[in-house]
Amino acid sequence: MAAAIFYILASVALLSAVMVIWSRNVIHSAIYLVLTFLCVAGVYVLLQAEFVAVVQVLVYAGGIVVLFLFVIMLVNLQDALGARIRTHATVSAAVGTATTILLLYVAASGRLVSGFGRAPDLSAQGGNLEQVGWALYRDYLLPFEIASILLLVAMIGTIVLARQKY
Amino acid sequence: MPIPPHYALVFSLLLFSVGVAGVLTRRNAIIILMSIELMMNAANINFIAFGLRLHNLVGQVFSVFTIAVAAGEVAVGLAVVLALYRNRDTVYVDQIHIMKG
Repeated sequence: MAAAIFYILASVALLSAVMVIWSRNVIHSAIYLVLTFLCVAGVYVLLQAEFVAVVQVLVYAGGIVVLFLFVIMLVNLQDALGARIRTHATVSAAVGTATTILLLYVAASGRLVSGFGRAPDLSAQGGNLEQVGWALYRDYLLPFEIASILLLVAMIGTIVLARQKY
Repeated sequence: MPIPPHYALVFSLLLFSVGVAGVLTRRNAIIILMSIELMMNAANINFIAFGLRLHNLVGQVFSVFTIAVAAGEVAVGLAVVLALYRNRDTVYVDQIHIMKG
């Protein structure tokens, strides 16, 4: 049952990811990006990471894509329709295909599967949110604070960069 | 009952490959940023799958940090794109060659 849901989510996510880089209209790309993020959030739920799934929906599908849409509308992209410039297309295709084949070879060689016993049932130890909260605020408090400083710096940098007058 | 972690690993490598293909073939800076987001998502799936396999929550905690960094990265990246558009009137990276790259 879980495997069937996973196959559906993964194929929808991969198809819409391909559409993100394939479609000529940038707005369509952003919409397909939302679909990809939502399907990835479903995969997180199947991997018993419910908290990360919620954060994914809130931050990625809710925040980042809206940011993309704002910038797409601020930037005049009329010439973008139909203009897919492909310099170094051969080299790019070769490198991409080689990377994919290498990764698929590693996946097919059985090294990923070996050592993977039956997955533990983390939900038996209490709620996922409670455990992640404990880990985040007890063991990883310093990285958490550093991340907040990083977000502050990013916010100031964004305001400075996007200001009208320098 | 969760799915076996190696399913998610294969899925994440395919998603990562799609992101790499996007970065390599598209010349629109906004699409390139979207492809980078796809690759970060693939990395996140790996963190969570390995965390499930290793029976601990560090992978999930780390992917929360990754999401925070991705949010900051996308905000700064889009501000750069916007500043570039104001100064050079284009978002195509092969029309931007001030640094002779």
